[in-house]
Amino acid sequence: MVDMDPHTGVVNVGRIDGNALAGPLSEIFRSDMTLASGECRSCGHLMLLADTVVEMDDAGFIVMCSSCKHVLFTVVKSEKRTWIDVQGLAGLGIPSA
Amino acid sequence: MAVISRGFGARRRESSPELPPGQFLTTDFPVLSAGPTPNVDTSTWEFTIRAFDGETHTWTWGQLMALPIETVDTDIHCVTRWSKLGTSWRGVSLDTLFAGIESEYQYAMVHSYGGYTTNLPLADLLGGKAWIAFEFDGKPLHPEHGGPARLLVPHLYFWKSAKWVQGIVLQANDNPGFWEQNGYHLYGDPWKEQRYW
Amino acid sequence: MVTADPVWHEGTVLSTTYATPGGRVLTLHVPEWGGNIAGQHLDLRLTAEDGYQAVRSYSIASVGEGDTIELAVDQIPDGEVSPYLTLDVMTGDQLEVRGPLGGWFVWHETDPSPVQLIGGGSGVVPLVAMMRAHAASGSTVPFNLLYSARSDDEAFYYDELSNAKGADVTFRFTRRGPRGWQHPVGRLTKEVVQQATLPPDSTPMVFVCGPNGFVEAVATWLVELGHDPARVKTERFGGN
Repeated sequence: MVDMDPHTGVVNVGRIDGNALAGPLSEIFRSDMTLASGECRSCGHLMLLADTVVEMDDAGFIVMCSSCKHVLFTVVKSEKRTWIDVQGLAGLGIPSA
Repeated sequence: MAVISRGFGARRRESSPELPPGQFLTTDFPVLSAGPTPNVDTSTWEFTIRAFDGETHTWTWGQLMALPIETVDTDIHCVTRWSKLGTSWRGVSLDTLFAGIESEYQYAMVHSYGGYTTNLPLADLLGGKAWIAFEFDGKPLHPEHGGPARLLVPHLYFWKSAKWVQGIVLQANDNPGFWEQNGYHLYGDPWKEQRYW
Repeated sequence: MVTADPVWHEGTVLSTTYATPGGRVLTLHVPEWGGNIAGQHLDLRLTAEDGYQAVRSYSIASVGEGDTIELAVDQIPDGEVSPYLTLDVMTGDQLEVRGPLGGWFVWHETDPSPVQLIGGGSGVVPLVAMMRAHAASGSTVPFNLLYSARSDDEAFYYDELSNAKGADVTFRFTRRGPRGWQHPVGRLTKEVVQQATLPPDSTPMVFVCGPNGFVEAVATWLVELGHDPARVKTERFGGN
C-alpha cells in the first residue's frame, strides 16, 4: 500500500516540515530541536529546524534547507545504529535555558 | 515491550530487511528517463574509455562480445524509492575493460548516447562492482531499459547505472553529472539514504 | 533549553466519534500525560502482535493540563495508520504516545499580538486548540480563523467553529457550501486570503496549517501581501 506511480515507480512520501522532527530528534538530543537553528553549508541560510523541508520514512529522514533545498543532514536508523550525516550543515545552534 | 494495539498491522506496507532505508519493494521494472530513448544500433555502437593522459580505448559491439561475459544477480534500488530484488543481467565487467589502463585521475564521468551524464569515483567502477550490461532477465536489454547496453553499478542508486552507455571519461575531480547537478547526491549510497545533495 | 522527553506513554482510547465522512475525533486517556499548550502535537505509536511498529504525528485539539487528549484524524486512502485510527480503533484499545512535542508552532496566551489562523482540511486541528486556549484564557487579543474545507460535512469541528465566540471565523468551501450558503464556493485565492484575514499592518502572528501544497500557496500569498515572513508560522503534513 504505497503511493507509487505505476509507470515511473516514483513513490510519493510527501514532503513535510521540520515540526515533525520534534519527536524523532528527542531520541538523540536532549532539547526540542525544532527550536534549534541550522546553518546551511551550501547557501549560508540560517533557519529554525522547525522551518526546514523534510522527507520522512520508516527508517529516518532527510532534512533540507528551506532556502536552497540542499540537504542539511540525514538521519538513518538501522538495527545496529543511527547514522547522522551532517555534511550539509555548517553549524547547529541550540538555545540555552 | 511496547503495548500491543489490537488488530493493528493488517494494512502494513511491503518492506523487507533486505531493502535499504526508505525503499519499497516492486516486482515491476519502472522506467524513468530524463529524455527520449535514443536509437542505437549495435552495428555502429562504440564504447570508449578516455584515460587521464587523453588516450582513448574503444570497443565495437563485436569486440565487447568477445570479452569475458559474466552473469550478475543483484538487487537494484532507485532513488525514487522503488527497489527490485533478484534481477539477473549479463555483461562485461569494468575490471576487464580497465585492465591495463593506468590512471592518476580517481573519478569518472559516464556518458550516454543522448547526452546523459553521471559521475562516480573510479573505485566504484572496479573491484567487481560494475558492468556494461546488455542482457536482462535472459533477453537482450530493451531500449526502454537502456539497451543495447547500459552501465550497471548496483551498489549505488540506480541513476548511476547510466542507460545507453557510450563512454567513460576519467576526471581529476568528482564533477557532477546530470542528476547530480539537479540536486541529487554526488555519491548515492542507498544504505545511507544519500538521495539528495 | 526546552527539554524534550522521548519516553513513550501508554494510552487507552476513551471514545471515538465520527467527525467527517473520512475522519474521526478520538479521545485518549494517558495517565502520564501532563497536558499541552495550543499548537503542539504528539507522536502516536502502534505495535502489532509480531512487533511491527508504526509511528505518526498528530496535532492535538485539546489544550491545558490533564491526562485526556483529543485528536482529530483524517483517513488517508492506502495509508497505514490513519485507516486503523479512523476505521478500526475502538474504545478500550491501547496505544502509545510521545509528547507533547513542538515549541515553535504554538500560541501562548501571554503574546499580545493579534492572531490570524489559516487552516486547510485537517490542518485546522492545532488551530482549534489555539481557539480553545484563547477562549479559556479570557484573552482579548483579536483572533481570526480562515478555514478552507471541501464542504461543511468535511470540515472538522464545524459546529464548534460556527459558534465560536470571541473570534472571527470565515469558512471557505472549495466544493460545495451548506444549504443556503450565500458566499462563493471554490479554492482559496490570494484575493480571498487578503479579504478574509487581518491586514499586515496590524502585525498579526499568522499560523498556517494544512497539506504541503496548501501551506506553500498560502504562505507565499501572505508574504506577497506584505506580511513579515518571520511572523508567518507554518505546519505542513504529508500523511498516511
